[in-house]
Amino acid sequence: MDRQVSSSPAATGLQRGVHLDSLFRGATRVFAFLVFAIVIGILISLIIGAYPAFHKFGFGFFTSTEWNPVTEQFGALVAIFGTLVTSAIALLIAVPVSFGIALFITQLAPGWLKRPIATAVELLAAIPSIIYGIWGLFVFAPLFADHVQPWFTEHLGNWPVLGALFQGPPMGIGMFTASLILAIMVIPFIASVMRDVFDVVPESLTESAYALGSTTWEVVWNVILPYTKAGVVGGIMLGLGRALGETMAVTFVIGNAHNISASLFMPGNTIASTLANEFTEATGTIYPSALIAIGLILFLITFVVLAFAKLLLMRLTAREGTRS
Amino acid sequence: MNLYRRRIFLNYFNLTISVLTTLFGLFWLVWLLWTLLSNGLQYVSLDVFTQMTPPPGSAGGLLNAIVGSAIMTVLGVAIGAPVGVLAATYLSEFGRASRLAPIVRFVNDILLSAPSIIIGVFVFEIMVVNMGHFSGWAGSVALAFIVIPVVVRTTEDMLRLVPDTLREAAAALGAPQWKVIVRVVYRAARAGILTGVMLAIARISGETAPLLFTALNNQFWSTDMNQPMANLPYVIFQFAMSPYDDWHHLAWAGALLITFSILLLNIIARVVLRERKPSL
Repeated sequence: MDRQVSSSPAATGLQRGVHLDSLFRGATRVFAFLVFAIVIGILISLIIGAYPAFHKFGFGFFTSTEWNPVTEQFGALVAIFGTLVTSAIALLIAVPVSFGIALFITQLAPGWLKRPIATAVELLAAIPSIIYGIWGLFVFAPLFADHVQPWFTEHLGNWPVLGALFQGPPMGIGMFTASLILAIMVIPFIASVMRDVFDVVPESLTESAYALGSTTWEVVWNVILPYTKAGVVGGIMLGLGRALGETMAVTFVIGNAHNISASLFMPGNTIASTLANEFTEATGTIYPSALIAIGLILFLITFVVLAFAKLLLMRLTAREGTRS
Repeated sequence: MNLYRRRIFLNYFNLTISVLTTLFGLFWLVWLLWTLLSNGLQYVSLDVFTQMTPPPGSAGGLLNAIVGSAIMTVLGVAIGAPVGVLAATYLSEFGRASRLAPIVRFVNDILLSAPSIIIGVFVFEIMVVNMGHFSGWAGSVALAFIVIPVVVRTTEDMLRLVPDTLREAAAALGAPQWKVIVRVVYRAARAGILTGVMLAIARISGETAPLLFTALNNQFWSTDMNQPMANLPYVIFQFAMSPYDDWHHLAWAGALLITFSILLLNIIARVVLRERKPSL
């Protein structure tokens, strides 16, 4: 008793420290868990919201092209098709361009130019998607309809098989315009990942290749690219994840039509643009539920794509860690 | 000799293409910014900052939208940033050997790139449906969900840059761990953490999709967080899609304001980060 009293100021001070420590630690842990809980919460709330639609339409929901709010018949195929096709075309354009940009920044640009160029390309990602949307609708689409589309339709439109891709009235908006704008929007993401992974290639490897007489291109193609393969694919997946869920820019220029058309110049729809256009106006139980159901499909697709991207990028950093 | 020539040619050819792709990327940036300046600058006037959004066919400004956006952005950051910083603290300081940390880090990166419209749907489900109406609160919460992953990611990166010797020195002086973190680690990483918050602000000030189903819009002056709230991105969306010239002009003015503020925030954040990194 006596001893306790005499040492109490220091002891309680220490005790308070220990107490606050565990309090602080607990608080940070709760918030870390919260991040995890948000993702689980999103998943659960989407599943609950989508249940009536899945219950009513069953597996046919994925294969039906019907989308009729009046008769309450819904199928996700048109929106899924639009989402996948626009993202795939966007990647076809964005991947080579991003590779070229990453190559330029890491191998070609003089030191003083590297950072400004890298920053400028990354600023493309900072521009809000709605700005891409109004630019696409008011500036790009009219130019595209007047000068580019007629040429394509005239010269490529009558090719066998492929020609069907380029037919249709020159409206400027449609699947191709949406894809091109998506490509511009994901270039900064892919390019910056590629740049980062190109930078981790050990100099001894590239220097050895140069010493054997390789040209810059041969070093890039035969040494850097194989070494960073996982990271490059990870970056592309990251870009794909972004493209799949992009909403506002696509909503402006895709034309918002519920049909699947062979031509890239025809209007279409994506999951995100359907949600943006129809969600606030949906009434009843089945209509909103069908919209939430396609939202769930979108979330699951992006989740898988992004998880895959993350795993690939982690594999590269893991190797980086063991090497040094 | 022939092979040698072909290799040289291939090299120059591909490197030229690389330069061209870079110009291709920059071309769009220049075109976009030029479009905004040429279409928007003439309509940016004092009225934009002092008048309310007008009904169709008459002149007005964007005051209620700018204020609404500012309120929701501030609240979104006020909710999201502390959560993000504390979660990142766990990842970098306490959870180094835990099983929760890698899962959270993984999920956070997915949340970072998850479609923002899905976040809108989620907040609609949990808040708007239960409250029965759209509201500024729902908008702020949706924005907070976008802030959290950005802040977690940048803060963790910044905390990891703080050398362990600093932590050990403070601990050796008898400081409890919370004090080590709050007084030493946070202080050392302060500029980096603030930069992350700035990037988060830049990210949410242009977000439209999550606000469509949460804050909706309000044509009138309102600071009531329980009511639908005007916000700049939605107004730009609505005005640009409309057939009225006056609305188009305001949409361009708003687009110009929003883009250049975001670019400015981004550039400042980058400059701060660059100056910070070598010294840590």
